[in-house]
Amino acid sequence: MRHRSLFLRKLKNKILTIFSVCAIGFAISIMLWVIWVVIDFGKEALSFDLFINCSAPFGSMSYGFANAILGTLLITLGAAVLAVPPALLAGIFLSEFKEYTRTANSIRFACNVLMGMPSILVGLFVYMIIVVPTGQFSGLAGSIALAILMFPVIVQNTENMLAMVPDTLRESALALGMTRMRAILYIVCRSARNSLLTGILLSLSRVSGETAPLLFTAMFADSFPEGYWSQPTANLPVLITEYATNSPFEEMHQIGWSAALVVMVMVLLVNIFVRIFFREKKYGN
Amino acid sequence: MGIKIQTQNLNFFYGNHQALFDNNLVIPANQITAVIGPSGCGKSTHLRVYNRIFELYREQKATGEVIIDGKNILDNDVDVLELRRKVGMIFQKPTPFPMSVFDNVAYPLNLHYKLDKKAIEERVEQALRGASLWDEVKDKLYSSGLALSGGQQQRLCIARTIASEPEILLMDEPTSAIDPVATLKIEELMDSLRERFTIVIVTHNMQQAARISDQTVFFYKGRIIEYGQTKDIFTNPKNKQTEEYITGRFS
Repeated sequence: MRHRSLFLRKLKNKILTIFSVCAIGFAISIMLWVIWVVIDFGKEALSFDLFINCSAPFGSMSYGFANAILGTLLITLGAAVLAVPPALLAGIFLSEFKEYTRTANSIRFACNVLMGMPSILVGLFVYMIIVVPTGQFSGLAGSIALAILMFPVIVQNTENMLAMVPDTLRESALALGMTRMRAILYIVCRSARNSLLTGILLSLSRVSGETAPLLFTAMFADSFPEGYWSQPTANLPVLITEYATNSPFEEMHQIGWSAALVVMVMVLLVNIFVRIFFREKKYGN
Repeated sequence: MGIKIQTQNLNFFYGNHQALFDNNLVIPANQITAVIGPSGCGKSTHLRVYNRIFELYREQKATGEVIIDGKNILDNDVDVLELRRKVGMIFQKPTPFPMSVFDNVAYPLNLHYKLDKKAIEERVEQALRGASLWDEVKDKLYSSGLALSGGQQQRLCIARTIASEPEILLMDEPTSAIDPVATLKIEELMDSLRERFTIVIVTHNMQQAARISDQTVFFYKGRIIEYGQTKDIFTNPKNKQTEEYITGRFS
């Protein structure tokens, strides 16, 4: 038997290792670059006033985006209220009720299609079924659009996370005389609680920066979001689009960048929070 | 000696694959019955019929009769929740619930009985003492059950099962995932439980079967080859396959 060259085998190993390290370095440096650019442009106009004042047209006495922060929080929260309960239940159905294979497969397929749907189409859809018939933009319509975007993500996450719970845990819950739903909700979901919450929070932070669906639904308003149910509602993504790109005035550009910085920090905080507090604990040993 | 469980012509199917063939077996009350045999011969499958836990998987099916206290538990009118209170099961891997040590025992207890707080505390302590775990956990009752060692987790699972006062304990290789010292503790525990429960234990470990059981059942390829008093099976097996397995000529 002829030996393969040890040198060549080790060389291949080295080359591939170097490549993957370079790829990681590339990805991380892009991320750092994005963060750097946003901080660099955003810090100029950043001031405490921006966080307490309502937004206003160019030429006004005071500028701010407090209303947009509140609006974004409201719209995202509304989306969570609409999307999370049904998405969790759907994920439970897919993962736990294996006997309905055909139904489950159609739901899974529908979710995949929905997941691949461009967000602007979802925005247009909600525009057609809510905004046009009621004749007004509203924060609620924005929440509905974001909920549609969140739904399949949470369904898939729930299914995957519940599938990682070992069958013996289900069996031992049932073997103690629990009903099926109790075993699922109190034992199986509970043991996957952290990863379920992680999925929900990450999908929330993901959609909180979506702009396209909000352009057609929540629109924007230079007022505090009192009209969430029936009036155009201020929000950060649309404010950024309007200020940073559509406005001809340098001051507005600056405020737009500051708003971008706020969005970025919010999203980063959610991500870091999730990583620290919901660190994946392996079940059992 | 009373008869606790009697199986008659029990057959079992995983889809189209038949795993058990005409199992006939009598399990006496308040004794330890060990089920031995090579891997994949149907020992666990047989055990999983006794509390109908196999029904979680739709493609699995059992035919024949399993008579517990005079009632065929495979009949449709049997309430599985009630059956499973009466027939507890311990699994191969310890499966503590993601809650405190106390709640691990109290939670299933609360499902079956209406008890006030005091009574629950008493029952939990009793069960933990019964599972020889009390002294090790009495100072950390409210910390997570997942933080215990493997052997402690398994005894916690035993405590949680005996707390609801079942009559039968099914043990599916309860010591195969834990270390020898913890195994010894669980064997001692089983010895102390035999007065109160009818125990059926599946084991890969023949020394374990010889040490702890009163009766031994030998399974091979889904059939019960031989069963009887443990000392007879180990010293004077009637069947050649049993003898070969016990003397270690195949496994």
